[in-house]
Amino acid sequence: MIRATVRFLDSRAGAAPLLKKALRYVFPDHWSFLLGEVALYSFLVLVATGVYLTFFFEPSTTQTIYDGSYAPLRGQQVSEAYRSVLDLSLERKAGLLIRQTHHWAADVFIVSIVLHLIRVFFTGAFRKPRDLVYYAGLGMLMLALLEGYIGYSLVDDLLSGMGLAIGYSVGMALPFVGANLMLAIFDGPFPGSSSFWPRMYVAHVLLLPLLIGGLLAVHLLGIVARHHTQFRAKPRQTERKVVGLPAFPGYAPRSIGLALAVAAVLFLLGGLVQINPVWLWGPYHVSQGTNGAQPDWYLGWLIGALRLMPSFDVTIGSYTLVPNPFWGGVGFPLAVFGLLAAWPWLERKVTRDRGAHNLLDRPRDAPWRTAIGVGILTWVFLVFLFGSSDRVYVFFGLSYEGQLWVYRVLVWVVPVVAAGIAHRVCVELRAGEHVERMRALAETEAARERALGPLGATEPPPGAPRPARRGP
Amino acid sequence: MRRSAGIAALGALLALVAALPAGADPPPPGIYANAGSSSAGGTPSGRAARGYALYGANCATCHGSRGEGVAGPPARKGVGDRPGLGPPLRGVGAIAADFYLRTGYMPLSSPSAQPSRSHVLFSEKQIDAIVAYVASLGHGPPIPRPHPERGNLSRGLKLFTEHCAGCHQVVAEGGIVTGARVPPLEDATPVQIAEAVRIGPYLMPRFSKQDIGDRDLDSIIRYVQYAKHPDDPGGWALGHIGPFPEGMVAWLIGGSLLVAVCLVIGRRATS
Amino acid sequence: MIRKALALGVALLRLWLWRPSPRVEEPPRIVAPGEPAPRAELLLLALLGCASACAVAFVVVYAVDLPRPTQLFGLCLGLMFAFLASALVLLGKRLVPDEEIEEDYPAPEREHAQEDVIGIVEQSGDRFTRRRLLKVAALGTGGAVSAALVAPAVSFGPLFHTSALDRTPWRRGRRLVDDAGKPLRAADISTETFYTAYPEGAPREDLAAPVVVVRLDPEELRLPAGRESWAPRGILAYSKTCTHAACAIALYRKPTFAPTQPGRALVCPCHYSTFDPATGGTVIFGPAGRPLPQLPLQIDGDGNLRAAGNYSGLPGPSWWGVRHR
Repeated sequence: MIRATVRFLDSRAGAAPLLKKALRYVFPDHWSFLLGEVALYSFLVLVATGVYLTFFFEPSTTQTIYDGSYAPLRGQQVSEAYRSVLDLSLERKAGLLIRQTHHWAADVFIVSIVLHLIRVFFTGAFRKPRDLVYYAGLGMLMLALLEGYIGYSLVDDLLSGMGLAIGYSVGMALPFVGANLMLAIFDGPFPGSSSFWPRMYVAHVLLLPLLIGGLLAVHLLGIVARHHTQFRAKPRQTERKVVGLPAFPGYAPRSIGLALAVAAVLFLLGGLVQINPVWLWGPYHVSQGTNGAQPDWYLGWLIGALRLMPSFDVTIGSYTLVPNPFWGGVGFPLAVFGLLAAWPWLERKVTRDRGAHNLLDRPRDAPWRTAIGVGILTWVFLVFLFGSSDRVYVFFGLSYEGQLWVYRVLVWVVPVVAAGIAHRVCVELRAGEHVERMRALAETEAARERALGPLGATEPPPGAPRPARRGP
Repeated sequence: MRRSAGIAALGALLALVAALPAGADPPPPGIYANAGSSSAGGTPSGRAARGYALYGANCATCHGSRGEGVAGPPARKGVGDRPGLGPPLRGVGAIAADFYLRTGYMPLSSPSAQPSRSHVLFSEKQIDAIVAYVASLGHGPPIPRPHPERGNLSRGLKLFTEHCAGCHQVVAEGGIVTGARVPPLEDATPVQIAEAVRIGPYLMPRFSKQDIGDRDLDSIIRYVQYAKHPDDPGGWALGHIGPFPEGMVAWLIGGSLLVAVCLVIGRRATS
Repeated sequence: MIRKALALGVALLRLWLWRPSPRVEEPPRIVAPGEPAPRAELLLLALLGCASACAVAFVVVYAVDLPRPTQLFGLCLGLMFAFLASALVLLGKRLVPDEEIEEDYPAPEREHAQEDVIGIVEQSGDRFTRRRLLKVAALGTGGAVSAALVAPAVSFGPLFHTSALDRTPWRRGRRLVDDAGKPLRAADISTETFYTAYPEGAPREDLAAPVVVVRLDPEELRLPAGRESWAPRGILAYSKTCTHAACAIALYRKPTFAPTQPGRALVCPCHYSTFDPATGGTVIFGPAGRPLPQLPLQIDGDGNLRAAGNYSGLPGPSWWGVRHR
């Protein structure tokens, strides 16, 4: 049967040489190389569950009266979008499972991208010739954030409606053109016209997935064309030779196994842990708000930044050049993504290293990169943490205003300190390795001398310290 | 050696942190116990008299010896003086005394502290006595008798969202306002909810019958009762506060599980 | 019947005992040889069996009405995937030959091929005499075509006119009504609480529509100049939409005892912008960059509250022309 299939493929598509190459393609082996695949498989679960959801969701803000099984909402005026999500969650078998799995998949998708990005950054995998792959990856991260935001806003519940209003305000805060852009996108002032909801829907189910898919293709093809990077774990692994598992029969079962494991985790979460219980929040109305409203986790850095800002709009005369939400909602993420995007170029310029790299660094091998990376990560993490300060106040009694002032200082001081510490740790680890190497060398020499016996008397006695050389 | 010291330090930190949400401290011990014991005399005047004794020992420092309030620090220092500051209780009625005492909001450890649910220091009879006394100070409203079973759940959610959710969060999990914490309502009894709505304790607005009628109040209370244990068809509810704990689960459960899977599947570099 | 069962049993037994017969002639191996692993095979069969059981369980739970269905569905599907994942990982680690192969990284650059490509492009231009002009013309045409393709996007919404942002549903004389449509009476407004009001007869889902109404002691008011008549009997109305990021200002701080408690304030639940109603909605905490727009009020002959004009500023979040009304 195998013979028949292969003959079919080769005679119809000339595929035998390609199959041979593909089946024995080399995958370097390290657990951290699988993080990108976790992201990929989360994306597949997202698409699969998402397609299911499109068969039930109604992307319309036409108002209707809820008449389903959930008593606290019965008789209330809600949009068709909200009603369709309630019906799917509460009336359709397995509807809630698929919806929750979809939402967990979105959260975990971005978790895995961030972990993958951290691995790529700290090992220098973004260097030539893989900088294009890196840019595609960053693009996918930004699109994923937008896609997730639009996805949970489509439900039109109180929490996400408040978030949509904030997104509108951040858009309005773009200097000069903000209001024009937002009026065009929303087709009028917030909450926009009846065509805004179908626009969000098309963006979420078609346009953004296509864009992400396109960047994904660039990302994967770029890796395949240049092969994956590797650590120098064995002497055989060099800039010229890549060592690892063949795609078949070694790597494929592991990779498919990983895909199934990702599906397992996501479906278990989707069934066992409640996420976004929109029936509890109620429908969105412009005049309503609830305490403790938060965006999904991957936008938590933005709510922290928006809250940290002191009160000012930048005005020229009677015109408002930079409304306040710009700094936290646009400036801060632009700075972070800008730094990340510029990093390959920056590093090439500073280290004057324009060569291609197939071997990965350990974080300690590039102390400055590691230090600055730790600094950026700490900066973002602290802003993130401040975004949950209201819950910290409720739970621990630390006053919100007090936390605000402390964080305004910490957010600038701690990243510098953390970067300094990281740099020191890298340098010390490498110095320690050098000492270790010298010690091992001394011991081998000493052992050799012992083996030579008293005839080798011109050599210094065993165990005598040799003059240490300061290493790199 | 270093490891056990580290563990001890971590334990101390955890204990310190765990102690914080315990709520308001009870005030320093006063002479509240023996003044007015549970002996005979159920007559109102007897009860109010007993209440007056309790009041004098525990409340007068801040609320004045006859409920007139203390608007500023005393002119002269005397024996046993404690700094007190508090609003007058003339006309607040049994409703206010009952609410503040049964929730443990009062007595307060310091005049500028935020009242919060804490250990109730008095017995039932003592509370009745103090309430009787405070009720006797002017004609204030009585303790309300709500009927949540007569309320409508859907109208309750609507009203709660409009009037209450901004501070208390839409599923009554509490929150913050600038300068204060807003309590979750999971321990609030129907009577206490009715009392709070009609009093407006601390920074909370006060809703009179004109603002929220009795039937509407019943609906709100019925909704709050529901919100204490909502249907959670989706599984573990994570406290009903939304994306913040969801993100933690995504990282700490989802993320760590998947990293563990990667560790199992992938060969390490050193092996 | 028995014969059929017997035949099935025999067939399964043969499947169990079947081993591939050794090939007579072996071509040169590509895949490294591997030792048999019968225990791993048994474990694999067990895992596949468990996965099948979970899959069947899922179908059964789907067909039957059970309590907590979502949790059961999640467990069945999740465990099914988990067993399948374990089976495949077991396959990959214990049942396929353990190999480590090497390959060359592709050359960083292939100068010859690059030269060839560049040559192809350049040589194709042999017949051109006006290269630069043609390049400029191509660029210009490209720009024009792009403009034509992009032009329909202008219809998405009011891209060039922001006048829609200058309009509010409030007019002089418009009555304030509550959520049920009942007009707000001045006598019913208490100093101890806050009210949400809408313009009568106008759409409500508009950032400029809802107002929050509070009442202060007229002695406490310190409104900006020109607004002395805006708060009859101390009743104030402010836009309910936060000037920071458009959330509804759903919190009101009302102190019970002023000497020890924070003062009256309207607070937004999103980023905690705090506005003082006594001074015309000024920002006393939080990131909002603009005070809350105030709606002037008047009391009509029936004692109902009506708007006495439009807001003091544009409601909603800030944008380029928000102060230039």
